[in-house]
Amino acid sequence: MKFKIYRYDPEKDAAPRMQDYEVTLDVHDRMLLDAIIRVKAQDDTLSFRRSCREGVCGSDAMNINGKNGLACVTNLKELQEPVVLRPLPGLPVIRDLIVDMSQFFKQYHSIKPYLVNDTPPPEKERLQSPADREELDGLYECILCACCSTACPSFWWNPDKFVGPAGLLQAYRFIADSRDHAASERLDNLEDPYRLFRCHTIMNCVDVCPKGLNPTRAIGKIREMMVKRAV
Amino acid sequence: MTRPLRQTIGAHYGWKDWLVQRVTAVVMILYTLGMLGVALYNGGFDYALWQALFANGAFRIATLLFGLAVLWHAWIGMRDIWMDYIKPTALRLALEVATFVVLVAYAAWLAQILWGTRQT
Repeated sequence: MKFKIYRYDPEKDAAPRMQDYEVTLDVHDRMLLDAIIRVKAQDDTLSFRRSCREGVCGSDAMNINGKNGLACVTNLKELQEPVVLRPLPGLPVIRDLIVDMSQFFKQYHSIKPYLVNDTPPPEKERLQSPADREELDGLYECILCACCSTACPSFWWNPDKFVGPAGLLQAYRFIADSRDHAASERLDNLEDPYRLFRCHTIMNCVDVCPKGLNPTRAIGKIREMMVKRAV
Repeated sequence: MTRPLRQTIGAHYGWKDWLVQRVTAVVMILYTLGMLGVALYNGGFDYALWQALFANGAFRIATLLFGLAVLWHAWIGMRDIWMDYIKPTALRLALEVATFVVLVAYAAWLAQILWGTRQT
């Protein structure tokens, strides 16, 4: 199988280049990550992140034939050759397919991604009704792989100011949580032309999310809550 | 580009503009559908129909509302574009002010067209 892979070591190379590879696959190689590991066996200078190899850790997010996705859950049969692999767009490249996610996580931290509840903790746990729990479906599954935020032009242009689809999906995950008591403060924090309203609803995030989540809908719900509390 | 010493947030606006863009879009759609309706009913526009339409005060007001909806919608859209792409604050502010001034001038021009006396 043929590959064209982005190679760049900022400490040594003047500019990035695309390198061609050809590997023979084993019958058991199903996913793109299996093939990349074969490439790595051929050329151990190739760098990429991977860990769980089953779409849970979010480490091996990359740009696959022009679309962000997780290598470990991308079926080789669905890929056109040569498979063009690039790092996630918009973030600084550390080496080859590895990007610096600092800005992404900075935005994630800015939405306070933890439960805020000052009432004394009950002996066992804070209970939720099944209906309240259902509110979190489609939100809690996010693995922070950054496929969505790095597919978002608004995040490319203003990564320091726009929270990005991943961060906003997580923000709504806590706003929607019946156990969280800081929904109003969370809305205050997002009521900002850059932090929330750089989203122009182009839905690249929905298109690429490897977990099938819908950040656009979450962003819409946040807007709706802002309108509801103000009009 | 120099990095700001400290990133501050909390401009506390945004949702109103977002809502206004939706509402002005509805106004534009209604006016457009109305115009299409008039065209279909009369089998197109001719000079006599056009003159009769604009002789009607209510139609002029509807047209002004449509024009203001376009301009308000465009203001938010243009400012969004400047905010997306123009990083230096002074340049962004200058472009926003210029956009605003031009759009207000357009509004005045529209009023002049609708209610002004024709000079021949």
